[in-house]
Amino acid sequence: MSIRINTIATTLTLLTLTAMPAFAQDNKPTDAQIAHIAYTAGVLDVEAGKQALSLSKNAQVRAFAEQMVKDHTAVNEQALALVKKLKVTPEDNATSKSLKSQADAKRAALAKLSGAAFDKAYIENEIAYHGTVNSALQTTLIPSAANGELKTLLQTGLKLFQGHQQHAETVAAKVK
Amino acid sequence: MGLLHVSRISLVASACVCACAIAMLGTASAVPPRTISITINAMSFASPERAVKVGDTVEWLNKDVVAHTATEKDAGLWDVTLAPGETRKAVMKRAGRFDYYCRLHPNMKATLVVERAAK
Repeated sequence: MSIRINTIATTLTLLTLTAMPAFAQDNKPTDAQIAHIAYTAGVLDVEAGKQALSLSKNAQVRAFAEQMVKDHTAVNEQALALVKKLKVTPEDNATSKSLKSQADAKRAALAKLSGAAFDKAYIENEIAYHGTVNSALQTTLIPSAANGELKTLLQTGLKLFQGHQQHAETVAAKVK
Repeated sequence: MGLLHVSRISLVASACVCACAIAMLGTASAVPPRTISITINAMSFASPERAVKVGDTVEWLNKDVVAHTATEKDAGLWDVTLAPGETRKAVMKRAGRFDYYCRLHPNMKATLVVERAAK
């Protein structure tokens, strides 16, 4: 049983580590696409947090999940205000679609777990998910952003995601 | 004897004046405790390293849209939680070099160097 749970957890982690589709060098994302990717990344982590709040009884996992819901909701409100100000209409694209389909698959897999197995899989996924988004922000989204305000918001978003990743690592060390 | 007595009195009086003057000087030169403000903005503490004195109050102002903490790392000397827009204070009671961070976003780090207050 324990081996099976470990296998599920490992599979979940590997699923998350799947890289997001990269934009070709000569086909970098537009600000409208970047805004949508960043916004989608936040929405998906809010959904993951809500799932953890409905399934976990672990106080530390719940506190972390609650923080994810609050933080990403607050930052996405800022992002929405900015795109409105810039008169940019967020545009769906291959990267945001891939993020969403992977997160949907992950949520379905996590829904089959409970107790300590869920806590461990959720927090490990949070580490991996934030790592994936951080990588996309650093290598593609921030360098490609044309508007200065959008770039600044993404840079703050990167620090936020990096902070969440480190926080998830401290929680993971206690959830064994 | 009379002369000696007078001299002794004036010596004592002079000593008193000097002592009072020194005491007054001491009072004048003592720096009252201050309040030092450190802003949190864009996921960073505005002062990565800040020197303060024992007895000073440090207040953190959270200008971000997310909650933060200012948490002393090693001895748990202070741990303040700041909701978005909130200001919280801690009095520095011990001299030393103290690293602190945000528990919610551990990549946010800063240092307070607390020096002994002037006497």
